[in-house]
Amino acid sequence: MPRRAGAPEVNAGSMADIAFLLLIFFLVTTTIETDAGLDRMLPPIEPPETDVVIKEKNIFQVNINKNGQLLADGELIELKDLRTKAMAFLENNGDGSCNYCQSGKKDPASSDNPTKAIISLKNDRETKYGTYITVQNELVGAYNDLRDRESERLYKRPFTSMEAEYIKQETPASVKEELKEKITKIQEMFPQKLSEAETSSSGGS
Amino acid sequence: MSKFRKKVIDHPEVSTASLPDIVFMLLFFFMTVTVMKDTTLKVENELPNATEIKKLEKKDRIITIHVGGPNQQYRKLLGETPRIQLEDKFADVSEVGPYVLGRLAEMPAELRPFVTISLKVDKRADMGLIIDIKEVLRDVGALKINYTTYEGDAFMNMN
Repeated sequence: MPRRAGAPEVNAGSMADIAFLLLIFFLVTTTIETDAGLDRMLPPIEPPETDVVIKEKNIFQVNINKNGQLLADGELIELKDLRTKAMAFLENNGDGSCNYCQSGKKDPASSDNPTKAIISLKNDRETKYGTYITVQNELVGAYNDLRDRESERLYKRPFTSMEAEYIKQETPASVKEELKEKITKIQEMFPQKLSEAETSSSGGS
Repeated sequence: MSKFRKKVIDHPEVSTASLPDIVFMLLFFFMTVTVMKDTTLKVENELPNATEIKKLEKKDRIITIHVGGPNQQYRKLLGETPRIQLEDKFADVSEVGPYVLGRLAEMPAELRPFVTISLKVDKRADMGLIIDIKEVLRDVGALKINYTTYEGDAFMNMN
């Protein structure tokens, strides 16, 4: 038998099987990380130097009790109505100084201007976290809906998508610069003033 | 006529030579996207749903705090009251501050202003504990927080 010149070829037929095994392992162990959520800023511990007097009508008071019931501006309301109520409050345009508010009722007992409107959220210590998140979500949603609308009108694209693109790492700096300008413009129109007062534990029943 | 019939009968085999390549491509994809869990959860962690969410970018500037009722195996020992888990052990509210400060100190100085605290809280937990944690976070000056949630209908949280 004549000797072959090179080394014998290794059979690569089982390569696919090995690769499949590894593939299945990674498929099974992969967990899609949940890394998204509601961004919030906590108020700094030092009180602001100057005391600002805020008119009662510019505050939209939201209270959640321990049973998950909702009190908005003195009325007991359903959670699903919160978003529309909050939007109506923000857009009320009481003193007529807001030229981009569309559905403002100009109710004298509600907010003067979106830039002055403050939403204050209070909750009980026994409130369920799920309920709290739903309320937060609705309030942030109210702001986002209004901002989306204005952004759609001015720049022909929703605010939330601009923001998402701005956060992305891949976005080139020149685009970011341009986006930042637009984002701040919209944010100035509807500043997110969502305050969370110190919670009282006495707010039971 | 006979020629035509011959062609039909005599079909060539499909080459499977590129199968390993395809499988390898898939394999590499999953290898790159896989994130190995670095902590074992000792608390229940069913996050609430929300729709107005923002993505948390860059893992290196995120500090995670888990809150929830103890797992099945710890429940006998610890009861069902929600607890805080830092890294992989249970902790008290008073330990949150030092932990966050410790983690901040480990980070490069230029990253510190961008640090976000990701609160992964079970939706059945009470707000009392969260309020305490928020108070502590204000004390240590970590003001940027993120209530980490799943994407979904927020009204599902109620039940």
